[in-house]
Parts: sequence; structure tokens; C-alpha cells
Amino acid sequence: MGLFVLRRFGVMILTALCLTFVVFVLTNLEPNLEKLAKTQGNARMSDEQVETWLSNRGYHRPVAVKYGEWLGVLPGYVIEGTDGETRGRCLRGGVDPADAARFCGILQGDWGFSTVFKEDVWKIVLTRLGQTAKLMGWVMAVMVPSSLIIGVLAGMREGSKLDRSLSTVSIVTTATPEYVSGVIFITVFASSAVGLKWFNGSATSAMEDITFLNFTLPVMTVALYGMGYIARMTRASMTEVMTAQYIRTARLKGVSFRNIVLKHALRNALIAPLTTQLISDIGYVFLNPRIRIS
Amino acid sequence: MENLTWTGSLGTILYPTLLAAAGLFAIAVVLQILTSLVVEPYRAQTLPDGRLSRRGGAIGLIERAPQYLLWALILVVLGYLVGGVVAPYGKAGIVGAISKQLTPVWIALVLTYAASIRYKRRLGLYGKLFDSTVGMIGFGIVMFWVYTAFFSSVGGMIATHDPLSQVSGLKNKLPGTAVPNATDFAMGAHYLLGGDNLARDVFSRMVLGSWEVVKIAPLATMFAFMVGITLGVPAGYYGGKLDTVLSFLANLILAFPVILLFYLLVTPEIVLTGIPSYMAAVLFLFPVLFATVFLNARFRTDPMKRNVILGVVVGAMVWAYLSLISQPGTVMNFLPAALDLFNIPPGILVVFVSVVFVNSPTVFRIVRGLTLDLSTRDYVAAAQTRGEGPWYIMLWEILPNARGPLIVDFCLRIGYTTILLGTLGFFGLGLPPESPDWGSTINEGRKLLSIYPHPALPPALALLSLVLGLNLLADGLREESLRD
Repeated sequence: MGLFVLRRFGVMILTALCLTFVVFVLTNLEPNLEKLAKTQGNARMSDEQVETWLSNRGYHRPVAVKYGEWLGVLPGYVIEGTDGETRGRCLRGGVDPADAARFCGILQGDWGFSTVFKEDVWKIVLTRLGQTAKLMGWVMAVMVPSSLIIGVLAGMREGSKLDRSLSTVSIVTTATPEYVSGVIFITVFASSAVGLKWFNGSATSAMEDITFLNFTLPVMTVALYGMGYIARMTRASMTEVMTAQYIRTARLKGVSFRNIVLKHALRNALIAPLTTQLISDIGYVFLNPRIRIS
Repeated sequence: MENLTWTGSLGTILYPTLLAAAGLFAIAVVLQILTSLVVEPYRAQTLPDGRLSRRGGAIGLIERAPQYLLWALILVVLGYLVGGVVAPYGKAGIVGAISKQLTPVWIALVLTYAASIRYKRRLGLYGKLFDSTVGMIGFGIVMFWVYTAFFSSVGGMIATHDPLSQVSGLKNKLPGTAVPNATDFAMGAHYLLGGDNLARDVFSRMVLGSWEVVKIAPLATMFAFMVGITLGVPAGYYGGKLDTVLSFLANLILAFPVILLFYLLVTPEIVLTGIPSYMAAVLFLFPVLFATVFLNARFRTDPMKRNVILGVVVGAMVWAYLSLISQPGTVMNFLPAALDLFNIPPGILVVFVSVVFVNSPTVFRIVRGLTLDLSTRDYVAAAQTRGEGPWYIMLWEILPNARGPLIVDFCLRIGYTTILLGTLGFFGLGLPPESPDWGSTINEGRKLLSIYPHPALPPALALLSLVLGLNLLADGLREESLRD
């Protein structure tokens, strides 16, 4: 077991390395660098100026070296530019070259500096992660119980009217991507022209403080799409359990239907959706682009 | 020129009926579900004359009421649609006018269903679809959009206005607003579903947007399946190093956040470097490879026949492949114009490549899993004992037996691709901004959503219904293919 976990962990790190390298290569392609130079420096730079601008800042070196520096396994560059100024990866913010660190990459905790937001990447990631975690915490809190309930209710009597209607509901939710349910929800609940006007259509104010009014719609929108999958999986697992031998035995013993479902079937039926689906779902909701309804 | 109301004079009779039927239906469904929780399910007995008994009394009525009310509801809706087709333009309101515009679609749907139900016993799995209600509903919705797309773009029939032309004075106008200089009460005199932010007709844009989906989604899914099958079957059959490497690559692509990947692939700077063109060159090679191996495995024993078949089929495919990847204005422009059969607009090619790229790892994993399961079967062992080659076993013994789950997944995956295309349009990636595809229209309508919801709602509901139809179709197919 320990070896298995260790191997999985190794594969995970390898995957992360490959992914970041691919993104690194793609963002460091020549046209992208030129665009960077023109947005950062001067939009009317000539080609030679772009060249010197980039090479003064260390962009014109092999991608593998730059990636190594970013990762923190190679020493950061120090380049004395053609304009007489010395720039280096570790010299940001006016650090003296003499006492600057040699390595400054991810491994040293230096995530770099976003030239778009003018802020440390680490800080940006942290605030974004906080907001995402808030949204996703609420989404999971809504999505998991409701989808499990739907799945169990649908699966306990396969083929019944209740099963049919709940299955239809879960199929509909899997067919509704976030941008569609967002539009529908806003029209129904938040439009100033028609509908019920219950909630706020914009979640911008939820960044500071979350209220029922401004946070219900985003949570519902994101939860809805994932709900159908878990519900269908729970239903499949539940129907399988309900045909098992021990359920039949319990029924023949005269256990009431309610007790069969709650005490015998539920525990075994929830294993599959809880372990496999939910764990990958946590990853999925985090990876999923946040559709900000605003 | 007066504006249209939603249902016109037809609505005065039908609207109260519709409301009553819908309300009663909702109540009846809730009642039925509540009773089903309390009352034990009824076991029908065969009566002496061969009929089945059914539950009488109040509970029996509660059980059957939703069914009757659903039929009433369907009848009323049908009344609206048929009334719209029959009544002169404008008498039946917006709903009637839309239904009249869709007349070719209704005719095509009725003909398809009549023919399919008549000959369903001779049509294999497709015919069996008509035994399942869910499958029939799903197939109906899907075919509705397919016919709409086909008639509106190729036939030029359904749309009332040009999707790009702007009529001044109709900016953000509500559904049913009359076009200012229209004189006679005929098609095109109104913006049936209102005008959008740029005073274009929402209805025409929605109808023509379906073509964007119908022409890209199935084809892209097919290519993804070709890639997934060509790599997945050997990975599952041989296992070992090949399997490890391919699975790792597939997981790598799956671990990529889809939107980040799209942003990276679709930005103009990256398109300039030609990465999408190279990816297209690799991804589109798979169907050619698949066909070559597939036919070679079958006709290997008869070289004469093999050479002829391979020469014709693969020759045509290679030509199509070369003219597909050779585009003037990109890094790949090697084929002289006289030999180049067709050119795809560069934006669409990029979208196509990204969608195939994102979908193929999942298909690969499904095919690999199925192959792992099927290669332990006896008929595979029998083929191995007969001395068949590995590719023959993979493509002619294992693959046909995996077709059931693959067909079901194909339907689901087209739906997923539709959602993906919508996402691309929604984020403004790839497709040109004025394109009428659903994702872009939703994104455009989103900006003024809380004041004017009418431009964003029709494409949103259209996308929802198409994906729903595909999911229901997949469900029906699964049910029917499990039955035998």
C-alpha cells in the first residue's frame, strides 16, 4: 500500500512537471514574447528594440534553462543589459546583486511576479484560491447531499414513477452547462424586467461578504451541472445493491422496506459514488472554470 | 404595422386549456409520487380473456391521471403548432409564425418517423430505438435540430432575416416587434424573437447557429473516436510499456484544465506559430492509419484484392487528408491550388483541432478498458489459435463486439462536444465574434441579461434541448442494446 501511494505520488509529480513545462513552452513562444515586450515596453518598438528588450530581461535563452530557473533548480540569471542596467531573476524589487539569493523559483517559494496584475503571483493565487474554495465549499455542501438523495430515491425502486421522474431531472441537469443554467436562473430569479426578482444577479459583492442573496445563484449554477452525474452514479449503484441476495433475504425475513433501504442498502450503495466519483469531482470543480455570473 | 402577441387569436382558446392542463398535471405528478411512497406497487394479473388487470378506485385513478393529463398537454401544444402552420401568418402569434417557418422540419420529422416505425424490424439497432419512448423523444429532438440546421443553411428556408443584417430601430426590441418599413403581413415582417444588442434577428441567429454545431460536433467526435480507437485498442490488447506510455499521455491531457488549453491553443500568437496546423496534421492522420490497418488486416491473405481496395480507399483518404491540412496562409501550404479539394476557414480548423484533442483521451480510456475486458474472451483465444494476426483480432474480433458501449458513448460525446463548442463561443475563443453559434450569442446576450433576457434565452434553451436530446437518445440506445 505504501509503495502504491508512493508510486502514485511520483506519477502525480511527473504529470505536474509535464503540464507546467507544456504551458511554459507555449507561453514562451516567440510571438508571445514579442507581444509581452510590446505591452510592457512600448507598443511602437522596432524589431531591434524588441530584441534588446527581451534579451536584457533574459527571455532569449533556451526554454529548458528558463524553466529550470522558474522551478528553482538552476541559479537565476543575472544579465548586465546593453542599457547599462543589471537585471536578474532574484534582483526584483531593488535587491543588491551582492546579497541576492542564487536560486529563486517555485521550490524556494518565489512564484514570480505577475506583470498583468502588478502583484506577486503567490498572493494572486492565494486570494483566488480562497474565493474558489469558498464557492466550491458551498457547491459541495449543496451538490453532494441533494444528488445522493436523488440517486437513492431513484434507485430504491427501479422503474417506478419516482425513478423515472428523478432520472429525467438528473439527465436534464447533466445537459445544462453552467453558462446555460446561469442565463436561465438570472432570467427567472434575478432579471429586473421579468421573473421573480428574488436574488442578486451579480456575485461581485460576494467577494467581500457572502449573503444568501448574492451567493445562491452562483452556487446553484455550478452545483446543478455536477449533480446529475453523481445522482446517476448513485442510482446505478443503488439499483445494483437492491437486487442483491442479502436484500432479498432481509425482505423475506419481513424487514420493512424503509429499514431495508436505510439500514441494509444505503451503506453499500454509497461506497462507489462516495469514493470514486466525489474525489475526482472535488478535483473537477476546482479545475472547472469559474463562470462568474455578473 | 402592428406587433405580434405570443399566441394571437389562437391563444384565447388554447391558453386557458394549456394552463389548466399544466397545473393539473403538476398536481397529479406530485400526488402520484406521494402515493407511491405509501402504497405498495400494484402487480397486474392476467385476466381470463388475456388482458391485464389494473388497479381501480381512487389510487388507480391517481396512478393513471398524470398519463391522461400529459396526453392532454401534448395535444394542446400540438394544437398551437398545427394551428400555426394552418392559420394565415400573424393570426396565431409568434408561436404560430415560428411553427409556420419550421414547416419543412415538421414534414421531414413526420416522414422520418413514419418510415422508421413502419420498417423498424428491419433496421437493426436503429429500429429498436423506436421501441423505447425515451429513445424516441431523444431522437426526435436531435433530428429536429439536425433538420433545422440543414434546411436553414443549405436550404435557406427557415430563417426570416439575414443573421448579420441590422435593422435600425430594432435594437433590443421585444419578441414580435414589427420591422419598421415592412408593409404586408407576411414572413419577415416581424422580429419573431426580438432583436439583439446590435439590432439583429434573434430567431434567425438561433436557427442558423444550429448549423455551426451540427457541422462541427459530430465530425469532431468522429475524429476523436478514430484517434481513441486507433491508440486504445492496441494499448489494451498488448498492454505493457505501450499501454503505460499512452495512458500517461492520456492522463496528462485529461489533467489539463480544458479552458486553459483552449486559451493557449486558440490565441492568435499561437495560431501564427502553426502549432494547431501541426496538431491537425497529426490528428487527422489517424483515420487514414485506421483505414489502412483495418483493410489490410482483413484482406491480407488475398494480396491482389487487398492492393486494389487499399489503393482506392487509402488513395482517396490521403488526398482528402492532404487537402485538409494544406491551407493557404498557414505554415502548411504545399498542395497546388488545383489539387486542393477544400479549405476550412482557419478559425474553425483551430476549434476543431482543440475539440478533437480534448475528447480523444477519454475515448482512448474507454476503448482501452473495453479491449482489456474483451481480450479475455474465448473467441479471441479461438482466433489466436487459428493463427490470425494481432491486428485482425483487434479490429475484426474485439472492436465489433465493443460497438454497443461505443455507440452510446458516441451520442453522449456529441452532447459533450456541443457543450464544449458553446464554452468556446462563450469565452469568445476561436470562432469569429459575429458568428451566430450559440455560445457566442449567449455571451453577447449575457451583458444586458438582467434588463433584456430575450436575446440570450433562445440560444441557451436551444443548446440545452439539443444536449438533452442527445443524452436521452444515448439512454434509449443503452436500454435497447442491453436488452439483447
